[in-house]
Amino acid sequence: MSRSFDLIVIGAGPAGYVAAIRASQLGMHVACIDEWKNLDGSNAFGGTCLNAGCIPSKALLESSELFHRAENEFGKHGIKMSGVAIDIAAMQERKATIVRQLTGGIAGLFKANKIEGLVGHGKLLAGKKVEFTPTDGDVEVLDARYVILASGSTPTELAVAPFDGERIVDSWGALEFSGVPKTLGVVGAGIVGLELSSIWNRLGADVIILEAMDDFLFMADRQIAKDAARHFKKQGLKIHLGAKVTSAKASAKGVTVKYEDKDGSQTVNVEKLIVAVGRRSFTDGLFADDAGVLTDDHGCIEVDDQCRSSVKGVFAVGDCVRGPMLAHKGSEEGVMAADLIAGEIAELNYNVIPSVIYTAPEIAWVGKTEEEVMASGRPYKTGTFPFAANGRAKAMEQTAGMVKIIAAKDDDEVLGVHIIGPMAGELISEAVLAMEFSASTEDLQRTIHAHPSLTEAIHEASLAVDKRALNFINK
Amino acid sequence: MSIEIKVPQLPESVTDATLLAWHKKEGDAVARDENLVDLETDKVVLEVPAPSSGTLQEIKIAGGTTVTSGQVLAILLEGEGATARPPANAETQLAEQAELENVEVRALKSVASAHKLSPSVRRLLEEHDLDAIIVTGSGKDGRITKADVMSYLKSHADENVTPGDPAPAVAAGHVPATAGRNEQRVPMTRLRARIAERMVEAQHSAAMLTTFNEINLTKVISLRKRYREAFEKEHGERLGFMSFFVKASVEALKKFPVVNASVEGSDVIYHDYYDIGIAVSSDRGLMVPILRDVDRQSFAEIEGNIAALAKKAGDGTMTMEDLTGGTFTITNGGIFGSLLSTPILNPPQSGILGMHAIQDRPMAVDGEVLVRPMMYVALTYDHRIIDGREAVQFLVSLKHSLEDPGRLLLQL
Repeated sequence: MSRSFDLIVIGAGPAGYVAAIRASQLGMHVACIDEWKNLDGSNAFGGTCLNAGCIPSKALLESSELFHRAENEFGKHGIKMSGVAIDIAAMQERKATIVRQLTGGIAGLFKANKIEGLVGHGKLLAGKKVEFTPTDGDVEVLDARYVILASGSTPTELAVAPFDGERIVDSWGALEFSGVPKTLGVVGAGIVGLELSSIWNRLGADVIILEAMDDFLFMADRQIAKDAARHFKKQGLKIHLGAKVTSAKASAKGVTVKYEDKDGSQTVNVEKLIVAVGRRSFTDGLFADDAGVLTDDHGCIEVDDQCRSSVKGVFAVGDCVRGPMLAHKGSEEGVMAADLIAGEIAELNYNVIPSVIYTAPEIAWVGKTEEEVMASGRPYKTGTFPFAANGRAKAMEQTAGMVKIIAAKDDDEVLGVHIIGPMAGELISEAVLAMEFSASTEDLQRTIHAHPSLTEAIHEASLAVDKRALNFINK
Repeated sequence: MSIEIKVPQLPESVTDATLLAWHKKEGDAVARDENLVDLETDKVVLEVPAPSSGTLQEIKIAGGTTVTSGQVLAILLEGEGATARPPANAETQLAEQAELENVEVRALKSVASAHKLSPSVRRLLEEHDLDAIIVTGSGKDGRITKADVMSYLKSHADENVTPGDPAPAVAAGHVPATAGRNEQRVPMTRLRARIAERMVEAQHSAAMLTTFNEINLTKVISLRKRYREAFEKEHGERLGFMSFFVKASVEALKKFPVVNASVEGSDVIYHDYYDIGIAVSSDRGLMVPILRDVDRQSFAEIEGNIAALAKKAGDGTMTMEDLTGGTFTITNGGIFGSLLSTPILNPPQSGILGMHAIQDRPMAVDGEVLVRPMMYVALTYDHRIIDGREAVQFLVSLKHSLEDPGRLLLQL
């Protein structure tokens, strides 16, 4: 007699575990299957986000930034120290503790919501049956009325620089270094590459980043990207654009990387090489051939805008489907799928999903870039305000960056907000909320922002759109 | 328990509505106060909220259909904690007056969503003196965005609505003048068409006729003059004419209760309360809000309430509740200069009093010709239930009360 559930979720990352909890709140009997195994062999819920991505990277970014500020900024405050040292083991231990607490937290949430958390491999069979192979135990076939696939993604490997887990590592490996490499090569100057570079650069590594694209941060607004590049250069990150890696050979001493740029062939030797060129949907072994789930050539599951797959009753959410590979997008898709299954009206507004890069200065944006608005042909106006003119930022000694707002000229609708500077990832929420309510620049102008706060930069930028910033000379 | 979801009371001058798309489908769970479907009327979009939580059992009317007040839209199967919803009044009420025909009447939705206006929208509405309800919202949950208001302003830039304008309001997108001379075909606005239809319908259902009289307002005027200041000082309200007429009308209605009644099928419904509609004119247009339980109100209260309603009409905060109900109406064409007129009934009411301009006229007083401030009054009544005798005597009673205000004091 096989166990049956109202809903089986395969994957307990941010998309999967959230979908499971939401479904349980809506009264469904839910099972969530997850096979994540940590380096030490233990299993944990939370997927890439909690174990090998978002959370551990933020922990290390925080530690490394504090170290960097202690070295470079504390003196300005009059804080006297005789040298600052970093204990990498302790830093990693703090990170590991945080991860443990959060992944354990998910297990707790599952228990509280009476969700059956199943550790092992889940495979969708035809007829909404799920074959569950536990890490230890016998294979079981479970019945489900509905299935949500949330198997996530995995780092894309470069054929010319295959991972060896030692010298040539992916983003997960890059978070696990036990010591600061003297020299570090990073392939890919995307969000992950920049964050990882920042961590080790602050801790003393000499970092060289090789980006194949000619444009830096191509998906961001050009003005913001330019400012970011300037700051990273000042921090000592050597970013090479238009650099295509042709080979990477690991040896006991390090990695010899060959790449091509506009000047020809180059070679560089680094102690370690991080390959962070993107991620691909991970659906290996996720469904049987006759399950009927359609994917594209890269294994990305095809879904409609309600995350329904080609199989009736089977949804797919998160990194294993189309769209930006962001944890919050995955989570909200998980909620949407659970709502739809429960018979409620649900949809996702894909136009107002924020993106954040947790470097310092932090970068965040929502909506359209100036280039996208220009390409659309819609007349627009922009306003920017530098944090250098913001009182709070000055008090915090974090005056790099600006807020940029793009609005439509005809009806004043806010089309995009871009922030580079302190707490950008937090400040962007105001913009996301405003855009969800189709706010106009005037709405932002007429909203009171606390003083002194970083959010005043948003207020002033909105005024600057109409050339009436109060704390800056309007041009 | 199953409840019928009906079309809510449509505001004055609105006779039917078009069902827009349903927000829920059959079998969906609904929460109390959740919006089920939107109804589009001329200039107004009304929401139909679920009166209690439960399941939307059956949708009786599909989106896109035209519906009238009280029609059953759907059946709701209550899920938890039922709250009885008073059944929607099947009657709708007509806006007033032949001579005010050209003033656009704006019906108002309840102001529940007023606080959902963003700062820029509030500013624009105030700047252009608009009611929020006339702008269709395209934002989240139907909220009005700045763009919506700007779009509305653009499309209504050429609409010409002024009282006394002989031509009816021209809808955007009217047919251009033909190549021939002296002819311009202008389709009626939806609102105009509805009013036209209802006016004719009222005339078909009631046996309407009008009886006249005239009132010598000397005593009222002198009373006003004498006590105006003291009244204002004591009660904080200005002493106008309306309180006198309202008080006098109530006394007359008490004497002739059939004038305060209404016809429903083959029944006559007598009301033992007096809710009097007062036609109020503002630059937004004509509205007929209701003074409730007038027999229990003092002069000061009546003046105060009329002023409050006029203010509401002026700044667009009138609610649907203010405009519905009423057992009798008083209209004053005199403020526009009308000497004499035959008002049209406000269905389902059976009587309407028309006040007119106060004019100094030579009158025969004790064998002498003296100039007196005179007002013609008209009572249009439904002859199906009110006979000539009662109608005439109603006016006579009114006349006596006002020509000798002491009678009001003594309730004679």
